[in-house]
Amino acid sequence: MNTAIRGRSRPVYMDHAATTPARPEVVEAMLPCFSERFGNPSSLYALAREAQVTLEKARGQVAAAIGASPEEIYFTSGGTEADNWAIKGVAAANRKKGDHIITSAIEHHAVLHSCRSLEKQGYRVTYLPVDEFGRVEPAAVEEAITDATILISVMAANNEIGTIQPIAAIGEIARDRGIPFHTDAVQAIGAIPIDVDSMGIDLLALSGHKFYGPKGTGALYIRKKTRIGTFMDGGAQERGRRAGTENVPGAVGLGKAIELAVAAMPENVTRLAAMRDRLIREILETIPDTRLNGHPTERLPNNVNVAFRYVEGESILLMLDALGIAASTGSACTSASLEPSHVLTACGLPPEHAHGSLRLTLGSRNTDEDVDYVLSVLPRVIERLRKMSPLTPERYT
Amino acid sequence: MYSEQVMDHFMNPRNMGEIPDADGVGEVGNPTCGDIMRITLRVEENRIVDAKFKTFGCAAAIASSSMATELIRGKTLEEAWAVTNRAVAGALEGLPPQKLHCSVLAEEGIHKAIDDYRARHGAPEPSGG
Repeated sequence: MNTAIRGRSRPVYMDHAATTPARPEVVEAMLPCFSERFGNPSSLYALAREAQVTLEKARGQVAAAIGASPEEIYFTSGGTEADNWAIKGVAAANRKKGDHIITSAIEHHAVLHSCRSLEKQGYRVTYLPVDEFGRVEPAAVEEAITDATILISVMAANNEIGTIQPIAAIGEIARDRGIPFHTDAVQAIGAIPIDVDSMGIDLLALSGHKFYGPKGTGALYIRKKTRIGTFMDGGAQERGRRAGTENVPGAVGLGKAIELAVAAMPENVTRLAAMRDRLIREILETIPDTRLNGHPTERLPNNVNVAFRYVEGESILLMLDALGIAASTGSACTSASLEPSHVLTACGLPPEHAHGSLRLTLGSRNTDEDVDYVLSVLPRVIERLRKMSPLTPERYT
Repeated sequence: MYSEQVMDHFMNPRNMGEIPDADGVGEVGNPTCGDIMRITLRVEENRIVDAKFKTFGCAAAIASSSMATELIRGKTLEEAWAVTNRAVAGALEGLPPQKLHCSVLAEEGIHKAIDDYRARHGAPEPSGG
């Protein structure tokens, strides 16, 4: 029995949807901003002007990555702040116009909890259902629109199951109806091409540490003329909309990371998708009573999410951890809420299946050998846990 | 997050399995919550001579089941009944607060298995049971 947890162990990080290591070039670009070019961009002397130039260069890099203008990019502390600002800011600025927001049931908590917070203030929110693959139907967005709708917010790609949403179709609907469209693109940057104009996007949230940039950095894209409230009151930084001395090293790291991520995208997507497809295929082939969560084709190139019946996700994770593998689960047991993942539940997965989900998200340092290693140990981990489970049918034990 | 004892009992569970034709069986929990525990007992002359478990659940649930079976083996039914969830959690050097329900489940599993034995063997319900 213990053979499953002994033998050669190999450190394999497959949780890139949680966070990524900063690229050396990113760290290198940031370093001078801490103690040499440390000026406050708001000041007037040369050192400050230099910081200002550095900051604006980073803003240009972020803008170029998504087809925006630099003056439409606002630096934030991350994806969560960008989502909060987009949703609460648009809601506040359009309160007289209406009180209805449309979003999906599988959004990140940064979006969902922002919407819940608005509901407490009297706003009404429609949480669109998804199909079994986690896709939002654009027609459902259209049907949900009322005269009071002031915002549509649908993520570009889901963090748990990797399903890519029909963003351009939803953006077109929003544009036709004159409703601001926000997308949480935190998982999408560097994985799928994003162009705010052709996709009809008015607001977009992104986060540096998801694409090999620094933690604590992010940005909100706000299309010109979009009505939105101020997020932080204080100084005149970020065109007076997000006060606080700029995180110049962070912005520089973010700019460098997004530039590299977009440049490397074609090559990365091909490489990661090949590993992803092999993982999915071989896991489903070698382990019985296993299903793929998320969409078979419209999914992020690095995302594998499978549900193993009769076993529980946290147990899988801890055994994989003992073997050197870092992964994630949608099981309740890793959260304080004791509720299984809202994403898997929205896809119609019964709770007992949702508890046995495993997410592997690939990244730049993963190799075919990593995939071989995961495929060599995962069946033994599942078998071992199934032997312990009273739910496992006798044919497996 | 977990103590060494929890990890030890999770990675090397004691008494995992099922006693065939057990004298008492207790199954508790439900799949919706993500924890199901089945305890099987072999009882001879009012004493638990063997106890085994099967558990669907997190590491804390598996470790709690393993420790619970260790604690009740060799005990009389009355002694085993008195093994509390705190005793299970204590023997595991503590559980994180959100995982304490796993030790409660273990206590309930023991009680249910003993009740089952008593129901089948016509023994009286314990006082305070």
